[in-house]
Amino acid sequence: MPVPIMKQGEYLIASIQSALTDVDLLTFQSSLSEMVGRHHTRGVIIDVTILDVIDSFAARTLRAIAYTLKLRGADTVIVGIQPEVAFSMVQLGLSLEGVKTALDLDDGLELLNKRGNDEHRE
Amino acid sequence: MNIENEVRVSVCNEMDVVIARQRGREIAAQLGFSRTNTVIIATAISEIARNQVEYAQNGEMRMGVVRNGPRCGIVIIATDQGPGIPDVEKAMRDGFSTSKGLGLGLGGAKRLMDEFTVESKVGRGTKVTMKKWL
Repeated sequence: MPVPIMKQGEYLIASIQSALTDVDLLTFQSSLSEMVGRHHTRGVIIDVTILDVIDSFAARTLRAIAYTLKLRGADTVIVGIQPEVAFSMVQLGLSLEGVKTALDLDDGLELLNKRGNDEHRE
Repeated sequence: MNIENEVRVSVCNEMDVVIARQRGREIAAQLGFSRTNTVIIATAISEIARNQVEYAQNGEMRMGVVRNGPRCGIVIIATDQGPGIPDVEKAMRDGFSTSKGLGLGLGGAKRLMDEFTVESKVGRGTKVTMKKWL
């Protein structure tokens, strides 16, 4: 099932809607990358609230998406990792090193806005 | 081993990975595992099922309730007729992967469960048995 991606100002918001297969994740990765180019997006929020399992493949793909979008000039924030999922990821030995995370959509937007302001000041 | 309320899932493609972990969740939740442990069990199933899809054909998972005296728990037995694992100990070490994962598959799943054994014969297949007690 494709992941809906909404444009909001200079940001894209993608809310994962169901348990994703590997192919879904890879399709998601390429459509996000394409949309970032088309809309000159500065920031992307990926909402994973609905994901009840983040295994090594999902974590690796989320990380790859964030790195790919970084190279395309956009910051990625992963929001909504559930407490049980976070605990399980740590047990499994997974990390999302180098990837920004926030508790929810509001915090994610705030993080992106803050970064935007910091860059203006520089 | 006596498995109660056994559920079988054939694991041939990645959609089956999602189905397998959903079945596991259901069994774990019915047994009364906490939300955290339910997610942990589903994650372990996901890692092992993914291995089956990645390396073997005709993977199958049997899962259900297992008892040991007064204790009860969930057992998952994953079998396949794949190429087998030449060095199981090496494959259980972190960072070992011959494929696209993070190399956490076997070692990671082992950390998530209470009991974890791998039997493998090169050219014949692999059997992973894992349990978590309530």
